[in-house]
Amino acid sequence: MPKNMFEKIWDHHVVAEKPGQPAVIYIDLHLVHEVTSPQAFDGLRMSKREVRRPDLTIATVDHNVPTTNRDMPIADLISRAQVEALGHNVEEFGITYFDMNSPNQGIVHVIGPELGYTQPGKTIVCGDSHTSTHGAFGALAFGIGTSEVEHVLATQTLRQVKPKTMEIRINGKLAIGVTAKDIILAVIGKIGVGGATGHVVEYTGEAIRDLSMEGRMTVCNMSIEAGARAGMVAPDEKTIEYLRNRPKVPQGEDFEVAIGKWISFKSDPAATYDTLVQLEASELAPFVTWGTNPGMVVPVTENVPHPNSFDSQVDKEAAERALQYMDLEAGKAVQDINIDRVFIGSCTNSRIEDLRAASEVVKGRSVNEKVMAMVVPGSTAIKAQAELEGLDKIFVEAGFEWRDAGCSMCLGMNPDILGPGERCASTSNRNFEGRQGPGGRTHLMSPEMAAAAAIQGHIVDIRDWNFS
Amino acid sequence: MQPYNNVTGKALPLERANVDTDQIIPAKYLKRIERTGFGAFLFDSWRKLDSGKLNPDFILNDPRYAEATIIITGPNFGSGSSREHAPWALEDYGFRTLIGSSFADIFKNNCFQNGMLPVQLTDEAVKHFMEQAKADPDYQISVDLERCLVTGADEYTAEFEIDAFRRDCLLRGLDEIGLTLEYADAISEYEVGHPIT
Repeated sequence: MPKNMFEKIWDHHVVAEKPGQPAVIYIDLHLVHEVTSPQAFDGLRMSKREVRRPDLTIATVDHNVPTTNRDMPIADLISRAQVEALGHNVEEFGITYFDMNSPNQGIVHVIGPELGYTQPGKTIVCGDSHTSTHGAFGALAFGIGTSEVEHVLATQTLRQVKPKTMEIRINGKLAIGVTAKDIILAVIGKIGVGGATGHVVEYTGEAIRDLSMEGRMTVCNMSIEAGARAGMVAPDEKTIEYLRNRPKVPQGEDFEVAIGKWISFKSDPAATYDTLVQLEASELAPFVTWGTNPGMVVPVTENVPHPNSFDSQVDKEAAERALQYMDLEAGKAVQDINIDRVFIGSCTNSRIEDLRAASEVVKGRSVNEKVMAMVVPGSTAIKAQAELEGLDKIFVEAGFEWRDAGCSMCLGMNPDILGPGERCASTSNRNFEGRQGPGGRTHLMSPEMAAAAAIQGHIVDIRDWNFS
Repeated sequence: MQPYNNVTGKALPLERANVDTDQIIPAKYLKRIERTGFGAFLFDSWRKLDSGKLNPDFILNDPRYAEATIIITGPNFGSGSSREHAPWALEDYGFRTLIGSSFADIFKNNCFQNGMLPVQLTDEAVKHFMEQAKADPDYQISVDLERCLVTGADEYTAEFEIDAFRRDCLLRGLDEIGLTLEYADAISEYEVGHPIT
């Protein structure tokens, strides 16, 4: 019987299964960060349990770390205590740890692929909803809570009810100026923020195959914003070439052997899914969110929608609330929205390709005088690579701040936050109320679009941009 | 884990769709390394005005609902971030039972891990309980996990489904890690047969 990729990976990882009970699923890679792990380590200590596979567990600090003055102790004492707690825990339990000043430090979903820990066919979890990012490599990767973090630490397994599957097929080719970010925003706009709840999504189609690994990570990253358990893309030549020579992949002949195993996880040609969603890539424009969840999104050429344009009463009321919070009037052209801040970063769009694309837009120009703009690379290694290519100079000369790696203003846990009422063009993943700081207003878009908004001081259609 | 006991109580009608975990508890409160005490920050930015005073228009601050132990929610409650601090905050505040037409996957799992029950009902049943609770803050709802049945003070009843394993864990307050460790031999055997590259 033909199987899809999710089913193959699932079946490969079932340790035990009893009728009426969730399966015991083996976890190949457990990523740990400072925010969702301290209570899990406390739990282990209280019940006198060990970490079963410290060799399959990797820790770093990303959410809570400052993006400036890394040579100084963290000023916020509660943040410092949380970061220090992780340091103590990894030492006590013998876990590999990339601390704030390690050259391998970065957002956990950026460094996993970068170092080659993320591989096709693996089961990967982390106490973080954007773990879906790793699915871009054909891994089954999903976010878990702190109790489940403790469960994985203690047993290297999870109890899971088998999810359903959904194929999201993006046919045809993207137009110039339309990116991976626009694909996933269009998908969420189409199926809604709960549209994939209970499902693992496999993205297929020509437009997905055409994406780079960075682009596929952007798409898979935001699967959770459609409610999906995980998002994945079948491994191919691009996957293999991305992984070749990464520090943690098999080397030499072993790599060639690994390729065979990885490719075997691809969906069979006759495989089926519980649901199919299709989009035509050629019909997509750059997308921008106008509201307070990622499903509240329109093409940049359109206007902010009127609450009455929604069918259900629930959606009407949500739109009214969102417009009030965002201080926007229905009918306003998206391109007339002025912005105060620009954030280029996050596990969605902070990889080298994103920084290259944004730098092309800003090269030789200046950030609008009313705008404060910053670039936060996804990892310390990406920061170094960008500096090698001179991208930092392009950003700094244009008036951007060039920061150290971390989650930063995606979620506003460190000092990088919006002030009340400030409006931000952001390459991150969530435009929830207060997400980037209490009272802050977020418009999600691609790195190119955010960079152009920084220059112009308002949202623009990148397809109209005159590249120098 | 504390066992889940059947509950009869008043219900807070939180009539909003897609309530994300950033609203349930904002990120700035996730710096603490403890597992308790998050109730003080539940729905922090909806509950408080910019001045820091309580927002009288937010239903959690309505004294008529002060004794509520059940929340009735709009669809897709608990979406977004995986932070378990969200159910911790709800539980700490006094809500161990949630009623809605759908819940986000990770949030739902996190509730089960903390002896909390997200009750999934039809849109129609949720609407009924929501309207009743809005009209009468003293409206009582009973949730019976053994019989998988929700009953209102007006005798309106709705059945719900829950995985038998989860139900058993909730009723008996079982430690899921302890249960999985009974498979220690199977896990070791799996590891031998499935080397990781």
